[in-house]
Amino acid sequence: MSDHHDDEHAREHDRPLSGPALRAKALESLLVEKGLVDPKALDELIDTYETKVGPRNGARIVARAWVDPAYRKRLLEDASAAIAEFGFIGRQGEDMVVLENTPKVRNVVVCTLCSCYPWPVLGLPPVWYKSAPYRARAVIDPRGVLKELGEDVPDGVEVRVWDSTAELRYLVLPERPAGTEGWSEDELAAIVTRDAMIGVAQVRAPDRSKR
Amino acid sequence: MNSVHDMGGMHGMGPVEIEKNEPVYHSTWEARVHALNIACGYHRKWNIDVGRHSRERIPPAEYLASTYYEKWLRGLEMLLVENGLITAKELETGRAESKASAFRALRPSEVAAYLRVRRLARLDDDVAPKFKPGDRVLTRNDHPVGHTRLPRYARGKRGVIDRDHGVFIFPDTHAMTRDKKPQHCYSVRFAARELWGPKAPARDSVYVDLWDEHLDRA
Repeated sequence: MSDHHDDEHAREHDRPLSGPALRAKALESLLVEKGLVDPKALDELIDTYETKVGPRNGARIVARAWVDPAYRKRLLEDASAAIAEFGFIGRQGEDMVVLENTPKVRNVVVCTLCSCYPWPVLGLPPVWYKSAPYRARAVIDPRGVLKELGEDVPDGVEVRVWDSTAELRYLVLPERPAGTEGWSEDELAAIVTRDAMIGVAQVRAPDRSKR
Repeated sequence: MNSVHDMGGMHGMGPVEIEKNEPVYHSTWEARVHALNIACGYHRKWNIDVGRHSRERIPPAEYLASTYYEKWLRGLEMLLVENGLITAKELETGRAESKASAFRALRPSEVAAYLRVRRLARLDDDVAPKFKPGDRVLTRNDHPVGHTRLPRYARGKRGVIDRDHGVFIFPDTHAMTRDKKPQHCYSVRFAARELWGPKAPARDSVYVDLWDEHLDRA
C-alpha cells in the first residue's frame, strides 16, 4: 500500500492536478456557484473527521468495559446507549452492536458489499478495510487473513465473521491482555488499536522494559 | 445487482496490504469529495441506499480500477445529475446554467448538529417479526438487477436467526423506489461449511444482517 501512496503523491506533485483532483475541484466550484454547497461547511466537515473522531474514541469504550463490569454489561446489552454515554453518536454509528472476544471466540468485522464501519468510535476506516482483498477474503478465509496479519488462530477457537450488510455497526470488544492488572483506564485505552476493534488483531501489553 | 462490489468469497484479489500510519485522507481532493458527499446529502434528494446503489452501478472494470474516493466522486456525479441538482451539461462544462435557488446549502455552524442527527434507518412501525432467534431459515435465491443487501455468497443458503435487530428500512426497495417497506432485520448465522463447503473449519461461521423479505422458513 505504501507504493500506492507514493504513486498518489507523485501524481499530485508531478502534474498540476490529477484526473480525480481536477474533477473534484470542478465539481466543487460548480456546486458552490449553484449555491448548493458552502465551501466553509466542507472545511468544517473535513476538520471533524481529521481531528474529532477517530479510534481513540473506541479505545475509551473498550478500556471502560475492561475496568468497569457494570459498564461492560450495559455495553453488551445495549451498545448504542452505552456508547452514547460518552457522546460518541451520529452518522455511521446510529445502531451499535458490541461483540465480545473470549478465549474461545474471535469476532471479525467486514463489509463485503461496501465500506460500513462505525465512524463515531473508529473514525473513517483505513483503505485496506474497504479494499477488494479484505472484502473478498474475510468471509471465505478469515483464518488466512488473520494469519497474514500475524494472528494465528488455534483450531480450538471459533471464528465468527460479521458482514455489515445493514445499518447496524459492529465493534469488537477485545480480550484484555495479561500483564495489565492495575493499569488505569487511560493506560489501557492507549494500547487498544483500531484493528483490534474490528477483530483482526489482539491487544498486546507493551514490553515492560519499555514502559 | 450481481456486480463486482459484491466481493465476498471472490478469489484473485491478492493479499491484504496495510499502509503504516495512514492519514485520514491521502490528499486534499479525497477530503473535499468526502465532504461534498455529506454536504450534498443534506439536500435530501437521495437516501443512503440510493447512494450505495450509485457506486454499485459504476461499470465493473472502472470500479475495480478506482480508488475509494474516486468511486465516491463518480457516484456523487451520478446522484447529482440523476436527482436533478445539476444537469449533465453543467457537469460537463463546469459552469452553472442557473442557481439552485430552491435549496439552501449546509452552513458551517450546522455541521456538528447535522452529523449527530440520527438518520432513522430504524423505524418505529409496529410490524410483527416473521422469525425469532433460533429459527432456521433459507435465504432466497434471487438475483435482482437492482440494489440488494443479500450478498451472492449467502443466497439459497440455510442459516439460523441469531438475533432480531428490530424494524428497519428495507434497502432493496428504498434504493430503487424509495419505498421503506418497514420490516424486521436480523443477524443470521451461517455455518462456514454451509457457505464454503466441507473444507471450511467446522466451528466457524459468518453472520449476515438480512431482512424478512430475504428469508423463508427452512
